[in-house]
Amino acid sequence: MFGFLGPNGAGKTTMVRTLGTLIAPTSGSATVAGFPLAPENGVEIRRRIAIMPESPGLYLRLSILENLECFADLYEVSDPLSRIDRALRAVNLVARAQDACGTLSKGLRQRVALARALLGDPDVLFLDEPTVGLDPVAAHEVHELILGLRERGVTIFLTTHRLEEAERLCDRVAILNTTLRTIGRPDELRDQLFSTALTVRTLVALAEPGRVFTGLPAVGGWQQDGPAVYSLTVSDSVVAAPAVTRALVAAGADVLSIGEKQHSLEDVYLELIDDDTVAARSWA
Amino acid sequence: MGVSVRSVRAIIRKELREYRHTRSLIVAMAIFPLIFIIQPLVAVVALAASASESLRHEHVLLYMLGVPTLVPVFIAAYAVAGERQQGTLEPALTTPIRREEFLLGKALAALVPSLVVAYAVYAVFLALVGLFAQPGIASALIQGPDLLAQVLFTPLLACWSIWVGIAVSTRSSDVRVAQQLGVLASLPPVFAVVLIAFNVIPVTPALAIGCAAALLILDALGWRLASRLFDRERLITGTR
Repeated sequence: MFGFLGPNGAGKTTMVRTLGTLIAPTSGSATVAGFPLAPENGVEIRRRIAIMPESPGLYLRLSILENLECFADLYEVSDPLSRIDRALRAVNLVARAQDACGTLSKGLRQRVALARALLGDPDVLFLDEPTVGLDPVAAHEVHELILGLRERGVTIFLTTHRLEEAERLCDRVAILNTTLRTIGRPDELRDQLFSTALTVRTLVALAEPGRVFTGLPAVGGWQQDGPAVYSLTVSDSVVAAPAVTRALVAAGADVLSIGEKQHSLEDVYLELIDDDTVAARSWA
Repeated sequence: MGVSVRSVRAIIRKELREYRHTRSLIVAMAIFPLIFIIQPLVAVVALAASASESLRHEHVLLYMLGVPTLVPVFIAAYAVAGERQQGTLEPALTTPIRREEFLLGKALAALVPSLVVAYAVYAVFLALVGLFAQPGIASALIQGPDLLAQVLFTPLLACWSIWVGIAVSTRSSDVRVAQQLGVLASLPPVFAVVLIAFNVIPVTPALAIGCAAALLILDALGWRLASRLFDRERLITGTR
């Protein structure tokens, strides 16, 4: 599962529409589901992908079943009834198949849209902000459905600005802000942007922290982050942590905790997007 | 390029299902036929038998061709602008359907109810004239060539109106504006029909064949013209 992250207006939806052959690229090249992105391949590409737009775009006057029947025919799937049944089971909506889409909650409409996207058994599934506007319970349900798809081996291209969503679901992410800022696995991005650090907490402040931390193996530097909290830059936490522990004990410190400092995908994102903001301000 | 019958059929079926639930379309489809049927019927029923001689030289019933000209434009004008307004256009266009198939499905879905309404209104009108008008008036009004013209020109005019309505719909973001512009754009054939009905333009077999041929060509060109105007990118992003 690939996450495409960026603030509003960064170009996430435009990218999905471009890859989905809805709008023509102005430059560059791409291959989608094995086909070069070109006007003559539009139908073949659309045959192998599915897009779930940000807005479900259901025919509200029609029932769930009627909506899915229409799209099963548009995707020209064989044995449409069993495919519809499978899609409805995947999103737990079999019992509501006859309900008019206009009577459904926002979360249920998203689930219908997801079922619709699954009808064609796509090689690549584009999900454009699938949980936007959903309450936490509905968003969690959609997450579970997406994870289920990932386990079934569907390639998923997820655009979102919800970083916890990307961190939870995605194997690889790209961060863009009109241009691509970075791409990689979330842990790789963290390693690229942030050096490994240990956070040390003691009961009382150390009398001479410089003497305790300086010269220890794999420790590059240190700084005090609070009255009794120290942050150590380390090259290898596996080597550094035992050495730091021994040094603290030898210094008679009452150690509360020693742990590796965790950076979230949000830290990576903010670091990159803040750079853009600073650059934009300096241009202005 | 082959046309996918299944895709076209999917659009037709979806459209017909939606019409059933769209009250504004049903009202629009009912209003025009009522306008076309009530006033002329009252006038015909009130006519004295002596008026039959002058009626024999006119083609008043051709006036009823206004029904297949005006009814379908309402449905067709909704075709693209309505989907765009509902936000359903983008999901439909992400499927493998080609724009020509999409528009053909829309056009055929508009044609079916339009023909049913037009022929039904005409049949009802003839029945009421036969029942309530003076015998001489009924026989003067109901002429074989006029009946033939009605049967042949109804689908030709309806197709023309549908393509005009769809073309307007592809360039409009508001359904009501599309419907109003569509009606305006389909008025010229109505005027032509009225002029023929009241003998301002004399009817000859050559004129009838010429009009039919011209409409056939326009109907064939209409599909291509509407397809060209259907710009996926502009319709989805609202730009260009």
